[in-house]
Amino acid sequence: MIVRWLAASLFFMLIVVAWHLAVEAHMWSPLLLPSPFSVFEYLRSAAADGTLVEATGVTVQRLLIGYGLGILVGLPLGLLTASSRWCQDTIGVLALGLQTLPSVCWVPLALLWFGQTEASLLFVVVMGTLWSLIIATDHGVRTIPPIYTRAARSMGSTGLHMWTHVVLPASLPFLLSGMKQGWAFAWRSLMAAEIFVTILTGFGLGHLLHYGRELNAMDQVIGIMLVIVVIGLAVDKTLFAPIERFLHRRWGTERQ
Amino acid sequence: MASPEVNPAKTVPSKLVLEHVSKCFQTRSLKVQALDDVTLHIAEGEFVCLVGPSGCGKSTLLNIIAGLERPDRGLVQADGKDIVGPGPRRLMMFQEAALFPWLTVLGNVLFGLKLNTGLSAAERREKAEYFIELVGLKKFKHSNVHELSGGMKQRVALARALAPTPTVLLMDEPFGALDALTREQLYGDIQRIWSQHRKTIVFVTHNVREAVCLGDRVILFSPNPGRIREEFAIPLPRSRDINSVDLARYSTEITRVLKGYVQTEVAG
Repeated sequence: MIVRWLAASLFFMLIVVAWHLAVEAHMWSPLLLPSPFSVFEYLRSAAADGTLVEATGVTVQRLLIGYGLGILVGLPLGLLTASSRWCQDTIGVLALGLQTLPSVCWVPLALLWFGQTEASLLFVVVMGTLWSLIIATDHGVRTIPPIYTRAARSMGSTGLHMWTHVVLPASLPFLLSGMKQGWAFAWRSLMAAEIFVTILTGFGLGHLLHYGRELNAMDQVIGIMLVIVVIGLAVDKTLFAPIERFLHRRWGTERQ
Repeated sequence: MASPEVNPAKTVPSKLVLEHVSKCFQTRSLKVQALDDVTLHIAEGEFVCLVGPSGCGKSTLLNIIAGLERPDRGLVQADGKDIVGPGPRRLMMFQEAALFPWLTVLGNVLFGLKLNTGLSAAERREKAEYFIELVGLKKFKHSNVHELSGGMKQRVALARALAPTPTVLLMDEPFGALDALTREQLYGDIQRIWSQHRKTIVFVTHNVREAVCLGDRVILFSPNPGRIREEFAIPLPRSRDINSVDLARYSTEITRVLKGYVQTEVAG
Protein backbone atom coordinates (compact mmCIF):
# COMPACT_ATOMS: atom_id res chain seq x y z
CA MET A 1 0.00 0.00 0.00
CA ILE A 2 2.77 2.45 0.98
CA VAL A 3 4.73 1.43 -2.12
CA ARG A 4 1.71 2.20 -4.28
CA TRP A 5 1.33 5.60 -2.62
CA LEU A 6 5.02 6.34 -3.12
CA ALA A 7 4.92 5.30 -6.76
CA ALA A 8 1.87 7.47 -7.41
CA SER A 9 3.37 10.51 -5.64
CA LEU A 10 6.63 10.08 -7.52
CA PHE A 11 4.73 9.95 -10.80
CA PHE A 12 2.91 13.22 -10.16
CA MET A 13 6.05 14.90 -8.81
CA LEU A 14 7.83 13.95 -12.02
CA ILE A 15 5.09 15.63 -14.06
CA VAL A 16 5.47 18.85 -12.05
CA VAL A 17 9.27 18.69 -12.40
CA ALA A 18 8.99 18.17 -16.16
CA TRP A 19 6.57 21.10 -16.31
CA HIS A 20 8.96 23.26 -14.36
CA LEU A 21 11.90 22.30 -16.59
CA ALA A 22 9.85 23.11 -19.68
CA VAL A 23 9.15 26.59 -18.27
CA GLU A 24 12.85 27.06 -17.36
CA ALA A 25 13.85 26.22 -20.93
CA HIS A 26 12.07 29.44 -22.02
CA MET A 27 10.83 27.80 -25.18
CA TRP A 28 7.31 29.15 -24.72
CA SER A 29 6.12 32.52 -23.52
CA PRO A 30 5.28 32.48 -19.79
CA LEU A 31 1.93 33.89 -20.87
CA LEU A 32 1.15 30.57 -22.53
CA LEU A 33 2.97 28.29 -20.10
CA PRO A 34 3.14 29.72 -16.57
CA SER A 35 5.38 28.02 -14.06
CA PRO A 36 3.85 25.56 -11.59
CA PHE A 37 4.72 28.02 -8.82
CA SER A 38 2.64 30.84 -10.31
CA VAL A 39 -0.29 28.44 -10.70
CA PHE A 40 0.00 27.34 -7.07
CA GLU A 41 0.38 30.98 -6.07
CA TYR A 42 -2.86 31.81 -7.91
CA LEU A 43 -4.64 28.90 -6.20
CA ARG A 44 -3.31 30.01 -2.82
CA SER A 45 -4.46 33.59 -3.20
CA ALA A 46 -7.82 32.57 -4.71
CA ALA A 47 -8.33 30.21 -1.80
CA ALA A 48 -7.31 32.94 0.65
CA ASP A 49 -9.68 35.62 -0.68
CA GLY A 50 -12.55 33.14 -0.86
CA THR A 51 -13.25 33.19 -4.60
CA LEU A 52 -12.13 29.60 -5.07
CA VAL A 53 -14.17 28.24 -2.16
CA GLU A 54 -17.24 30.17 -3.25
CA ALA A 55 -16.95 29.12 -6.89
CA THR A 56 -16.41 25.50 -5.91
CA GLY A 57 -19.44 25.65 -3.64
CA VAL A 58 -21.63 27.13 -6.37
CA THR A 59 -20.48 24.60 -8.95
CA VAL A 60 -20.77 21.56 -6.71
CA GLN A 61 -24.25 22.64 -5.62
CA ARG A 62 -25.41 22.93 -9.23
CA LEU A 63 -23.80 19.62 -10.01
CA LEU A 64 -25.50 17.82 -7.14
CA ILE A 65 -28.93 19.28 -7.92
CA GLY A 66 -28.63 18.55 -11.65
CA TYR A 67 -27.21 15.08 -11.12
CA GLY A 68 -29.82 14.31 -8.46
CA LEU A 69 -32.62 15.37 -10.81
CA GLY A 70 -31.07 13.27 -13.56
CA ILE A 71 -31.05 10.18 -11.34
CA LEU A 72 -34.51 10.87 -9.98
CA VAL A 73 -35.94 10.94 -13.50
CA GLY A 74 -33.49 8.66 -15.31
CA LEU A 75 -33.58 5.66 -13.00
CA PRO A 76 -37.38 5.13 -13.12
CA LEU A 77 -37.43 5.78 -16.87
CA GLY A 78 -34.67 3.22 -17.36
CA LEU A 79 -36.65 0.68 -15.35
CA LEU A 80 -39.68 1.46 -17.52
CA THR A 81 -37.85 1.00 -20.81
CA ALA A 82 -36.42 -2.29 -19.57
CA SER A 83 -39.78 -3.65 -18.52
CA SER A 84 -42.12 -2.57 -21.27
CA ARG A 85 -41.74 -2.97 -24.99
CA TRP A 86 -43.79 0.19 -25.52
CA CYS A 87 -41.49 2.30 -23.39
CA GLN A 88 -38.47 0.72 -25.05
CA ASP A 89 -39.73 1.67 -28.51
CA THR A 90 -40.52 5.22 -27.44
CA ILE A 91 -38.51 6.54 -24.49
CA GLY A 92 -35.72 4.05 -25.17
CA VAL A 93 -35.22 5.22 -28.74
CA LEU A 94 -35.46 8.86 -27.67
CA ALA A 95 -32.78 8.30 -25.01
CA LEU A 96 -30.54 6.44 -27.43
CA GLY A 97 -30.77 9.30 -29.91
CA LEU A 98 -30.35 12.18 -27.46
CA GLN A 99 -27.41 10.65 -25.62
CA THR A 100 -25.39 10.95 -28.82
CA LEU A 101 -25.96 14.72 -28.69
CA PRO A 102 -22.98 16.43 -26.98
CA SER A 103 -24.32 18.27 -23.94
CA VAL A 104 -22.89 21.61 -25.07
CA CYS A 105 -25.42 21.48 -27.92
CA TRP A 106 -28.14 22.09 -25.36
CA VAL A 107 -26.65 25.46 -24.38
CA PRO A 108 -28.15 27.61 -27.17
CA LEU A 109 -31.58 26.11 -26.57
CA ALA A 110 -31.30 26.55 -22.80
CA LEU A 111 -30.26 30.19 -23.23
CA LEU A 112 -33.23 30.95 -25.46
CA TRP A 113 -35.69 29.14 -23.24
CA PHE A 114 -34.51 30.11 -19.78
CA GLY A 115 -32.23 33.08 -20.40
CA GLN A 116 -29.19 33.65 -18.24
CA THR A 117 -30.61 31.90 -15.20
CA GLU A 118 -29.84 29.09 -12.82
CA ALA A 119 -32.55 27.02 -14.54
CA SER A 120 -30.67 27.26 -17.79
CA LEU A 121 -27.56 25.68 -16.24
CA LEU A 122 -29.51 22.95 -14.50
CA PHE A 123 -31.36 22.16 -17.71
CA VAL A 124 -28.08 21.56 -19.53
CA VAL A 125 -26.78 19.33 -16.73
CA VAL A 126 -29.97 17.26 -16.59
CA MET A 127 -30.03 16.86 -20.37
CA GLY A 128 -26.41 15.82 -20.34
CA THR A 129 -26.95 13.22 -17.62
CA LEU A 130 -30.44 11.86 -18.08
CA TRP A 131 -30.18 9.94 -21.34
CA SER A 132 -27.06 8.00 -20.56
CA LEU A 133 -28.53 7.14 -17.15
CA ILE A 134 -31.69 5.78 -18.76
CA ILE A 135 -29.63 3.66 -21.10
CA ALA A 136 -27.31 2.38 -18.35
CA THR A 137 -30.27 1.46 -16.12
CA ASP A 138 -32.07 -0.23 -18.98
CA HIS A 139 -28.95 -2.21 -19.82
CA GLY A 140 -28.41 -3.16 -16.18
CA VAL A 141 -31.90 -4.54 -15.75
CA ARG A 142 -31.71 -6.46 -19.01
CA THR A 143 -28.43 -8.08 -18.04
CA ILE A 144 -29.83 -9.75 -14.92
CA PRO A 145 -29.66 -13.54 -15.23
CA PRO A 146 -33.29 -14.66 -15.70
CA ILE A 147 -32.75 -17.42 -13.12
CA TYR A 148 -32.88 -14.80 -10.33
CA THR A 149 -36.34 -13.61 -11.27
CA ARG A 150 -37.53 -17.19 -11.84
CA ALA A 151 -36.27 -18.28 -8.44
CA ALA A 152 -37.87 -15.24 -6.79
CA ARG A 153 -41.13 -15.81 -8.66
CA SER A 154 -41.25 -19.44 -7.58
CA MET A 155 -41.02 -18.21 -3.98
CA GLY A 156 -43.98 -15.93 -4.54
CA SER A 157 -42.30 -12.61 -5.25
CA THR A 158 -44.22 -10.38 -7.64
CA GLY A 159 -44.65 -6.77 -8.71
CA LEU A 160 -43.12 -4.15 -6.47
CA HIS A 161 -41.40 -6.71 -4.24
CA MET A 162 -39.72 -8.25 -7.28
CA TRP A 163 -38.47 -4.82 -8.38
CA THR A 164 -37.17 -3.65 -5.04
CA HIS A 165 -35.81 -6.95 -3.72
CA VAL A 166 -34.56 -8.68 -6.86
CA VAL A 167 -34.33 -6.56 -10.00
CA LEU A 168 -32.75 -3.47 -8.44
CA PRO A 169 -30.19 -5.22 -6.24
CA ALA A 170 -29.33 -7.66 -9.04
CA SER A 171 -28.60 -4.82 -11.43
CA LEU A 172 -26.69 -2.78 -8.83
CA PRO A 173 -23.24 -3.30 -10.39
CA PHE A 174 -24.55 -2.02 -13.71
CA LEU A 175 -26.49 0.81 -12.11
CA LEU A 176 -23.36 1.94 -10.33
CA SER A 177 -21.28 2.08 -13.51
CA GLY A 178 -24.18 3.90 -15.14
CA MET A 179 -24.24 6.40 -12.28
CA LYS A 180 -20.49 6.89 -12.54
CA GLN A 181 -20.86 7.57 -16.21
CA GLY A 182 -23.77 9.89 -15.45
CA TRP A 183 -21.62 11.77 -12.96
CA ALA A 184 -18.90 12.26 -15.56
CA PHE A 185 -21.48 13.51 -18.04
CA ALA A 186 -22.96 15.88 -15.48
CA TRP A 187 -19.50 17.38 -14.85
CA ARG A 188 -18.86 17.86 -18.55
CA SER A 189 -22.26 19.41 -19.14
CA LEU A 190 -21.98 21.81 -16.23
CA MET A 191 -18.54 23.03 -17.28
CA ALA A 192 -19.76 23.57 -20.84
CA ALA A 193 -22.78 25.45 -19.48
CA GLU A 194 -20.78 27.60 -17.07
CA ILE A 195 -18.26 28.56 -19.71
CA PHE A 196 -20.98 29.64 -22.14
CA VAL A 197 -23.69 30.96 -19.85
CA THR A 198 -22.77 33.98 -17.80
CA ILE A 199 -25.20 34.51 -14.94
CA LEU A 200 -25.21 36.74 -11.93
CA THR A 201 -26.72 34.35 -9.39
CA GLY A 202 -23.48 32.51 -8.84
CA PHE A 203 -19.95 32.44 -10.07
CA GLY A 204 -18.83 28.83 -10.68
CA LEU A 205 -15.54 27.21 -11.59
CA GLY A 206 -16.48 27.31 -15.27
CA HIS A 207 -16.88 31.07 -15.02
CA LEU A 208 -13.47 31.43 -13.40
CA LEU A 209 -12.07 29.41 -16.26
CA HIS A 210 -13.83 31.60 -18.79
CA TYR A 211 -12.63 34.86 -17.23
CA GLY A 212 -9.15 33.43 -16.92
CA ARG A 213 -9.14 33.21 -20.70
CA GLU A 214 -10.63 36.70 -21.12
CA LEU A 215 -7.92 38.16 -18.88
CA ASN A 216 -5.17 36.10 -20.49
CA ALA A 217 -4.50 34.75 -16.98
CA MET A 218 -3.05 31.36 -17.85
CA ASP A 219 -2.17 30.62 -14.20
CA GLN A 220 -5.87 30.97 -13.38
CA VAL A 221 -6.93 28.76 -16.33
CA ILE A 222 -4.56 25.96 -15.40
CA GLY A 223 -5.25 26.36 -11.68
CA ILE A 224 -9.01 26.00 -12.16
CA MET A 225 -8.52 23.05 -14.47
CA LEU A 226 -6.50 21.41 -11.70
CA VAL A 227 -9.28 22.09 -9.19
CA ILE A 228 -11.86 20.52 -11.51
CA VAL A 229 -9.70 17.42 -11.96
CA VAL A 230 -9.12 17.12 -8.21
CA ILE A 231 -12.84 17.41 -7.40
CA GLY A 232 -13.63 14.73 -9.99
CA LEU A 233 -11.02 12.42 -8.51
CA ALA A 234 -12.12 13.09 -4.95
CA VAL A 235 -15.75 12.26 -5.72
CA ASP A 236 -14.73 9.05 -7.44
CA LYS A 237 -12.51 7.98 -4.56
CA THR A 238 -14.83 8.93 -1.72
CA LEU A 239 -18.31 8.36 -3.18
CA PHE A 240 -18.09 5.62 -5.80
CA ALA A 241 -15.01 3.64 -4.79
CA PRO A 242 -16.39 2.46 -1.40
CA ILE A 243 -19.64 1.30 -3.02
CA GLU A 244 -17.67 -0.45 -5.74
CA ARG A 245 -15.49 -2.19 -3.18
CA PHE A 246 -18.57 -3.36 -1.30
CA LEU A 247 -20.15 -4.72 -4.49
CA HIS A 248 -16.96 -6.50 -5.50
CA ARG A 249 -16.74 -8.13 -2.08
CA ARG A 250 -20.34 -9.30 -2.16
CA TRP A 251 -20.38 -10.45 -5.76
CA GLY A 252 -16.91 -11.97 -5.58
CA THR A 253 -15.64 -9.97 -8.53
CA GLU A 254 -12.59 -8.58 -6.73
CA ARG A 255 -9.37 -8.30 -8.68
CA GLN A 256 -6.28 -9.51 -6.91
CA MET B 1 -39.87 -55.89 -10.39
CA ALA B 2 -40.74 -53.06 -12.69
CA SER B 3 -44.46 -53.38 -12.28
CA PRO B 4 -46.48 -50.30 -13.23
CA GLU B 5 -49.46 -51.52 -11.19
CA VAL B 6 -47.63 -50.90 -7.89
CA ASN B 7 -48.78 -47.32 -7.68
CA PRO B 8 -49.20 -45.75 -4.28
CA ALA B 9 -51.11 -42.87 -5.82
CA LYS B 10 -54.02 -45.24 -6.41
CA THR B 11 -54.48 -46.04 -2.73
CA VAL B 12 -53.53 -42.78 -0.97
CA PRO B 13 -55.37 -39.53 -1.82
CA SER B 14 -53.21 -37.61 -4.27
CA LYS B 15 -51.21 -34.56 -3.26
CA LEU B 16 -50.59 -33.56 -6.84
CA VAL B 17 -52.91 -34.39 -9.71
CA LEU B 18 -52.05 -33.87 -13.36
CA GLU B 19 -54.58 -35.06 -15.89
CA HIS B 20 -54.28 -34.92 -19.69
CA VAL B 21 -51.77 -32.10 -19.48
CA SER B 22 -50.47 -30.77 -22.79
CA LYS B 23 -48.07 -27.91 -23.45
CA CYS B 24 -46.71 -26.64 -26.71
CA PHE B 25 -43.85 -24.20 -27.33
CA GLN B 26 -43.66 -22.14 -30.47
CA THR B 27 -40.14 -21.03 -31.26
CA ARG B 28 -39.16 -18.98 -34.29
CA SER B 29 -38.46 -21.99 -36.47
CA LEU B 30 -40.41 -24.87 -35.02
CA LYS B 31 -43.22 -26.02 -32.81
CA VAL B 32 -42.31 -28.29 -29.91
CA GLN B 33 -44.88 -30.47 -28.22
CA ALA B 34 -43.20 -30.40 -24.80
CA LEU B 35 -45.98 -32.36 -23.10
CA ASP B 36 -48.64 -34.44 -24.73
CA ASP B 37 -51.55 -35.77 -22.70
CA VAL B 38 -49.60 -36.44 -19.53
CA THR B 39 -51.48 -37.90 -16.57
CA LEU B 40 -49.70 -38.31 -13.26
CA HIS B 41 -50.85 -38.65 -9.66
CA ILE B 42 -48.42 -38.08 -6.83
CA ALA B 43 -49.22 -39.05 -3.26
CA GLU B 44 -48.52 -37.02 -0.15
CA GLY B 45 -44.97 -37.62 1.04
CA GLU B 46 -43.99 -39.48 -2.09
CA PHE B 47 -40.58 -39.05 -3.73
CA VAL B 48 -41.07 -39.20 -7.48
CA CYS B 49 -38.27 -38.97 -10.02
CA LEU B 50 -38.90 -37.91 -13.59
CA VAL B 51 -36.30 -39.30 -15.97
CA GLY B 52 -35.81 -38.90 -19.68
CA PRO B 53 -33.59 -37.48 -22.38
CA SER B 54 -33.40 -33.72 -22.75
CA GLY B 55 -36.36 -32.14 -24.44
CA CYS B 56 -38.85 -34.67 -23.11
CA GLY B 57 -40.79 -32.03 -21.20
CA LYS B 58 -39.88 -33.10 -17.67
CA SER B 59 -38.70 -29.63 -16.69
CA THR B 60 -41.80 -28.13 -18.27
CA LEU B 61 -43.92 -30.43 -16.15
CA LEU B 62 -42.06 -29.24 -13.06
CA ASN B 63 -42.60 -25.59 -14.03
CA ILE B 64 -46.29 -26.28 -14.48
CA ILE B 65 -46.54 -27.85 -11.02
CA ALA B 66 -44.62 -24.87 -9.61
CA GLY B 67 -47.13 -22.57 -11.26
CA LEU B 68 -44.43 -20.81 -13.26
CA GLU B 69 -46.03 -21.96 -16.50
CA ARG B 70 -49.59 -22.74 -17.51
CA PRO B 71 -50.52 -25.83 -19.50
CA ASP B 72 -52.32 -25.43 -22.83
CA ARG B 73 -54.78 -28.14 -21.82
CA GLY B 74 -55.42 -30.38 -18.87
CA LEU B 75 -56.01 -30.32 -15.16
CA VAL B 76 -53.29 -29.45 -12.63
CA GLN B 77 -54.16 -29.58 -8.95
CA ALA B 78 -52.42 -29.52 -5.60
CA ASP B 79 -54.44 -30.63 -2.57
CA GLY B 80 -57.52 -30.71 -4.75
CA LYS B 81 -57.20 -27.07 -5.81
CA ASP B 82 -56.24 -25.80 -9.24
CA ILE B 83 -52.70 -24.46 -9.51
CA VAL B 84 -52.94 -20.96 -10.93
CA GLY B 85 -49.57 -19.51 -9.92
CA PRO B 86 -46.47 -19.96 -7.80
CA GLY B 87 -46.94 -20.30 -4.08
CA PRO B 88 -44.95 -20.96 -0.95
CA ARG B 89 -46.44 -24.44 -0.57
CA ARG B 90 -44.62 -25.63 -3.71
CA LEU B 91 -41.02 -24.47 -3.90
CA MET B 92 -38.50 -25.08 -6.59
CA MET B 93 -34.77 -25.82 -6.72
CA PHE B 94 -32.88 -25.31 -9.94
CA GLN B 95 -29.78 -26.80 -11.52
CA GLU B 96 -27.91 -23.59 -10.82
CA ALA B 97 -28.30 -22.70 -7.18
CA ALA B 98 -29.87 -19.38 -8.26
CA LEU B 99 -28.80 -17.79 -5.00
CA PHE B 100 -28.84 -14.00 -4.84
CA PRO B 101 -25.27 -12.68 -4.74
CA TRP B 102 -26.33 -9.45 -3.03
CA LEU B 103 -27.47 -11.39 0.05
CA THR B 104 -25.50 -13.50 2.50
CA VAL B 105 -26.35 -17.15 3.13
CA LEU B 106 -28.71 -16.10 5.90
CA GLY B 107 -30.26 -13.39 3.73
CA ASN B 108 -30.92 -15.89 0.97
CA VAL B 109 -32.64 -18.32 3.29
CA LEU B 110 -34.67 -15.48 4.78
CA PHE B 111 -35.82 -14.32 1.33
CA GLY B 112 -38.63 -16.85 0.96
CA LEU B 113 -39.53 -16.56 4.64
CA LYS B 114 -40.06 -12.82 4.38
CA LEU B 115 -42.62 -13.39 1.66
CA ASN B 116 -44.57 -15.51 4.13
CA THR B 117 -46.61 -13.11 6.15
CA GLY B 118 -47.46 -13.98 9.70
CA LEU B 119 -43.99 -14.61 11.04
CA SER B 120 -42.20 -12.18 13.32
CA ALA B 121 -38.62 -11.19 12.54
CA ALA B 122 -37.35 -13.32 15.40
CA GLU B 123 -39.34 -16.36 14.26
CA ARG B 124 -38.06 -15.98 10.71
CA ARG B 125 -34.51 -15.72 11.90
CA GLU B 126 -34.85 -18.77 14.12
CA LYS B 127 -36.35 -20.78 11.28
CA ALA B 128 -33.70 -19.71 8.80
CA GLU B 129 -30.93 -20.66 11.23
CA TYR B 130 -32.56 -24.03 11.88
CA PHE B 131 -32.56 -24.92 8.19
CA ILE B 132 -29.04 -23.59 7.62
CA GLU B 133 -27.93 -25.90 10.40
CA LEU B 134 -29.96 -28.75 8.92
CA VAL B 135 -27.97 -28.58 5.70
CA GLY B 136 -24.74 -28.35 7.68
CA LEU B 137 -23.74 -24.75 6.97
CA LYS B 138 -24.05 -23.18 10.40
CA LYS B 139 -20.54 -21.80 10.21
CA PHE B 140 -21.23 -20.14 6.87
CA LYS B 141 -24.44 -18.29 7.62
CA HIS B 142 -22.78 -14.89 7.24
CA SER B 143 -20.74 -15.86 4.19
CA ASN B 144 -21.18 -14.32 0.80
CA VAL B 145 -22.52 -16.60 -1.91
CA HIS B 146 -19.36 -16.52 -4.02
CA GLU B 147 -17.34 -17.86 -1.11
CA LEU B 148 -19.18 -21.19 -1.21
CA SER B 149 -18.42 -24.27 -3.28
CA GLY B 150 -20.97 -25.62 -5.76
CA GLY B 151 -22.20 -28.24 -3.32
CA MET B 152 -22.55 -25.70 -0.52
CA LYS B 153 -24.51 -23.40 -2.80
CA GLN B 154 -26.99 -26.17 -3.53
CA ARG B 155 -27.27 -26.82 0.21
CA VAL B 156 -28.14 -23.17 0.73
CA ALA B 157 -30.67 -23.41 -2.11
CA LEU B 158 -32.13 -26.44 -0.36
CA ALA B 159 -32.35 -24.58 2.95
CA ARG B 160 -33.95 -21.62 1.17
CA ALA B 161 -36.54 -23.91 -0.41
CA LEU B 162 -37.23 -25.76 2.86
CA ALA B 163 -37.46 -22.75 5.15
CA PRO B 164 -40.96 -21.52 4.19
CA THR B 165 -42.12 -25.09 5.02
CA PRO B 166 -43.50 -26.04 1.61
CA THR B 167 -45.38 -29.31 1.35
CA VAL B 168 -44.04 -29.95 -2.13
CA LEU B 169 -40.41 -29.62 -3.19
CA LEU B 170 -39.72 -29.43 -6.91
CA MET B 171 -36.15 -30.15 -7.91
CA ASP B 172 -34.93 -29.55 -11.45
CA GLU B 173 -31.66 -31.47 -11.85
CA PRO B 174 -30.38 -29.83 -8.68
CA PHE B 175 -27.19 -31.90 -8.54
CA GLY B 176 -26.47 -31.93 -12.26
CA ALA B 177 -23.58 -29.51 -12.09
CA LEU B 178 -21.84 -31.05 -9.07
CA ASP B 179 -18.95 -33.49 -8.86
CA ALA B 180 -19.67 -37.14 -8.03
CA LEU B 181 -18.46 -37.06 -4.43
CA THR B 182 -20.43 -33.97 -3.49
CA ARG B 183 -23.48 -35.46 -5.17
CA GLU B 184 -23.23 -38.67 -3.14
CA GLN B 185 -23.12 -36.64 0.08
CA LEU B 186 -26.20 -34.75 -1.00
CA TYR B 187 -28.08 -37.99 -1.83
CA GLY B 188 -27.60 -38.92 1.80
CA ASP B 189 -28.68 -35.49 3.05
CA ILE B 190 -31.75 -35.23 0.88
CA GLN B 191 -32.95 -38.67 1.97
CA ARG B 192 -32.39 -37.82 5.61
CA ILE B 193 -34.23 -34.51 5.31
CA TRP B 194 -37.03 -36.10 3.31
CA SER B 195 -37.60 -38.80 5.90
CA GLN B 196 -37.48 -36.27 8.78
CA HIS B 197 -39.72 -33.66 7.20
CA ARG B 198 -41.84 -35.85 4.94
CA LYS B 199 -42.13 -33.56 1.95
CA THR B 200 -43.63 -34.54 -1.35
CA ILE B 201 -40.71 -34.35 -3.75
CA VAL B 202 -40.77 -34.26 -7.54
CA PHE B 203 -37.23 -34.64 -8.80
CA VAL B 204 -36.17 -34.20 -12.41
CA THR B 205 -32.95 -35.80 -13.59
CA HIS B 206 -31.45 -37.57 -16.58
CA ASN B 207 -29.32 -39.73 -14.35
CA VAL B 208 -31.15 -43.06 -13.95
CA ARG B 209 -29.01 -44.22 -11.04
CA GLU B 210 -29.71 -41.01 -9.18
CA ALA B 211 -33.44 -41.47 -9.80
CA VAL B 212 -33.39 -45.05 -8.48
CA CYS B 213 -31.37 -43.99 -5.44
CA LEU B 214 -33.85 -41.30 -4.46
CA GLY B 215 -37.28 -42.15 -5.82
CA ASP B 216 -40.18 -44.23 -4.56
CA ARG B 217 -41.20 -44.17 -8.16
CA VAL B 218 -39.27 -43.48 -11.35
CA ILE B 219 -41.29 -42.11 -14.24
CA LEU B 220 -39.76 -42.48 -17.68
CA PHE B 221 -40.44 -39.78 -20.28
CA SER B 222 -39.84 -39.85 -24.02
CA PRO B 223 -39.42 -36.74 -26.16
CA ASN B 224 -41.19 -35.34 -29.24
CA PRO B 225 -43.89 -35.25 -28.06
CA GLY B 226 -43.13 -35.39 -24.32
CA ARG B 227 -45.01 -38.38 -22.91
CA ILE B 228 -44.84 -40.73 -19.97
CA ARG B 229 -43.57 -44.03 -21.34
CA GLU B 230 -43.31 -46.22 -18.31
CA GLU B 231 -43.07 -46.09 -14.57
CA PHE B 232 -41.17 -48.18 -12.08
CA ALA B 233 -41.74 -48.60 -8.38
CA ILE B 234 -38.51 -48.80 -6.38
CA PRO B 235 -39.31 -50.70 -3.18
CA LEU B 236 -35.72 -50.67 -1.88
CA PRO B 237 -35.23 -49.90 1.81
CA ARG B 238 -33.92 -46.49 2.87
CA SER B 239 -31.49 -44.93 3.26
CA ARG B 240 -30.12 -46.05 -0.07
CA ASP B 241 -26.53 -46.02 -1.17
CA ILE B 242 -26.04 -45.09 -4.81
CA ASN B 243 -23.26 -47.68 -5.09
CA SER B 244 -25.29 -50.65 -3.86
CA VAL B 245 -25.75 -53.71 -6.06
CA ASP B 246 -29.55 -53.88 -5.54
CA LEU B 247 -29.86 -50.36 -6.77
CA ALA B 248 -27.73 -51.17 -9.80
CA ARG B 249 -30.13 -53.94 -10.85
CA TYR B 250 -33.01 -51.46 -11.02
CA SER B 251 -31.03 -48.81 -12.81
CA THR B 252 -29.69 -51.30 -15.38
CA GLU B 253 -33.22 -52.41 -16.17
CA ILE B 254 -34.54 -48.86 -16.47
CA THR B 255 -31.56 -47.76 -18.57
CA ARG B 256 -32.22 -50.70 -20.91
CA VAL B 257 -35.81 -49.61 -21.41
CA LEU B 258 -34.77 -45.98 -21.83
CA LYS B 259 -32.16 -46.88 -24.45
CA GLY B 260 -34.70 -49.02 -26.24
CA TYR B 261 -37.07 -46.20 -27.01
CA VAL B 262 -34.40 -43.55 -27.51
CA GLN B 263 -32.96 -45.78 -30.25
CA THR B 264 -36.40 -46.33 -31.77
CA GLU B 265 -36.83 -42.56 -31.92
CA VAL B 266 -33.51 -42.13 -33.69
CA ALA B 267 -34.19 -44.98 -36.14
CA GLY B 268 -37.72 -43.83 -36.81
